Amino acid sequence: MAQMTMIQAITDAMRNELKNNEDVLVFGEDVGKNGGVFRATEGLQKEFGEDRVFDTPLAESGIGGLAAGLSVTGFRPVMEIQFFGFVFETFDAIAAQMARMRYRSGGVYNSPVTIRSPFGGGVKTPELHADSLEGLMAQTPGVKVVIPSTPYDAKGLLISAIRDNDPVVYLEHMKLYRSFRGEVPEEEYTIPLGKADVKREGKDLTIVTYGAMVHTSLKAAEELAKEGIEAEVIDLMTVSPLDIETIIASVEKTNRAIVVQEAQKQAGIAANVVAEINERAILSLEAPVLRVTAPDTVFPFASAEDTWLPSYKNVVEKAKEVINF
Amino acid sequence: MEKTKVIQDVESQFEMFQILNEEGEIVNEEAMPELSDEELKELMSRMVYTRIWDQRAISLNRQGRLGFYAPVAGQEASMLGSQFALEKQDWILPGYRDIPQIVYHGISLEQAFLWSRGHLKGGQMPEGVNVMMPQIIIGAQITQTAGVAMGLKRRSDNAVAITYTGDGGASQGDFYEGINFAGAYNVPAIFVVQNNRFAISVPVEKQSAAKTIAQKSVAAGIHGVQVDGMDILAVYAVTKEARERGLAGNGPTLIETMTYRYGPHTMAGDDPTRYRTSELDDEWEKKDPLVRFRKFLEGKNLWSEEDENKVVEQAKEDIKDAIKKADGAPKQKVTDLIDIMHEELPHNLKEQMEEYKEKESK
Repeated sequence: MAQMTMIQAITDAMRNELKNNEDVLVFGEDVGKNGGVFRATEGLQKEFGEDRVFDTPLAESGIGGLAAGLSVTGFRPVMEIQFFGFVFETFDAIAAQMARMRYRSGGVYNSPVTIRSPFGGGVKTPELHADSLEGLMAQTPGVKVVIPSTPYDAKGLLISAIRDNDPVVYLEHMKLYRSFRGEVPEEEYTIPLGKADVKREGKDLTIVTYGAMVHTSLKAAEELAKEGIEAEVIDLMTVSPLDIETIIASVEKTNRAIVVQEAQKQAGIAANVVAEINERAILSLEAPVLRVTAPDTVFPFASAEDTWLPSYKNVVEKAKEVINF
Repeated sequence: MEKTKVIQDVESQFEMFQILNEEGEIVNEEAMPELSDEELKELMSRMVYTRIWDQRAISLNRQGRLGFYAPVAGQEASMLGSQFALEKQDWILPGYRDIPQIVYHGISLEQAFLWSRGHLKGGQMPEGVNVMMPQIIIGAQITQTAGVAMGLKRRSDNAVAITYTGDGGASQGDFYEGINFAGAYNVPAIFVVQNNRFAISVPVEKQSAAKTIAQKSVAAGIHGVQVDGMDILAVYAVTKEARERGLAGNGPTLIETMTYRYGPHTMAGDDPTRYRTSELDDEWEKKDPLVRFRKFLEGKNLWSEEDENKVVEQAKEDIKDAIKKADGAPKQKVTDLIDIMHEELPHNLKEQMEEYKEKESK
């Protein structure tokens, strides 16, 4: 099996789908000759031609409109938003257009668009490059929101996203692009959307998380294990819709849970997970479900990033609070 | 503002194109489109029909029997002349006022009424009718038109995509992005800006320093034309030319139709007397598209009072039938709406589906 970084796995998934289906088109700012600013589309234009993998004018709303229009004429666009902080420019195209295409047409049209975009902190970008805006998307009926944390997951989830017949927002944490390699089969495979993955089994506490915080949480779980606390780490992989079954099964086993997200605390995914646990498993709980998140400021200037982002130590502390409740 | 020579030169290039003047006289013989007598009569018939439909729709709205409605009287030539230049395989991306075009492109009056009423069947475009659901967000359809036109070009469908917005729509970022994308990719798209002079209440003079909307095509590097939107022959001719340009691989066209809506912005409480003078209304009613075209046809012995009455009666009857059919549409249920959110229901909607099935069975 090949060893790949997450970004290589992402490129591999797009290559697979460009080969697999002629209606798949990959486009965005700098995705052509340049292969994307992170090289996610490296080599794809050369391999599949300018007709299938192409640059767009620098206008995110236009890119979204182009994708929506192509989708109703039977194409399967994979559009890139260069950094997810730029999504505001194309929020209408995603939330008010693609996400409503099936509904607005009473089921006649659909928008099988994949919206790929790098996001997430820890890489010292300028403003609005690193923000965790998945909560905004998760509150948009009609779109799914997928966030992989490993190269293996990245490939299987992206292939599923591209094949999905409704719009999928696929967010790629920048810090994970090249931070490690993992085994990725060269042949195609899919990972179902809407399913979580138990990344570590444990009996004492459930840590529900996603994206880069999966790795932070796994590190915290190792620390906790040194003190005899066995944490189960659930990687949501799809943050909308949530895999309630996996979360609840785990909480019913461990009776304790925390939710870890890189995004700010207010509203968002973690709040939603807590609410679902309360509604479905409150009698299994030995302690309140607590959250580890960033504070409710805008994503910080680069020099304050390290202290703003949740660390594994924060996770360990919060886990102990719940264990010792 | 004093304009530079460059701007003055550009603006002087965009004089309004006209074939039929207010008196119903042909003023531009060489531009006269090749239309048979039957086709000319059909154009008149459609305008009369639409005028009656508009009157009936306003009345139905006042009785609480229609729902959302944006009046069209005054804009018939702009709407119907451009649609008449299309072929069945072409795509229309309408705004919420552009219902006559999509009815003549193949959706039924009944469906148009259901759309007005906010019924899911209103958006269910029939197989083979290449029409998008009327857009509510001003300008969103313009960027999508670039995408649809690109899709058509890739499929070699011998088809174009046409979209409609108003003078206010031409101020949106999506307008500039849409026409720019269409130009950059050289796709067969037609962008019609129906300049009816008011975006709800804001006059077109306050939208832009540009003298015309048509000249905005220059910045995008695409063809642009300003046309008399009360002259159905001129609107037809420029749209037909735009269609041929697109299919020949010569890129998109921006068409500004100079028109006027006699009625309010929508029937939801807009009062045009707050922002328009009756003098201005009178001035535009003198340009009426039906009056001048009727004169023209009468001069050719192609139109009579009998013809007119026949269309009026037909329209009234069709509307009565259509509203009756619309009344028979199934009552809208939340479960129907849950069902059309996704291809497959995610767990949360599955649960909510059960919840609403239970509620609706009571």
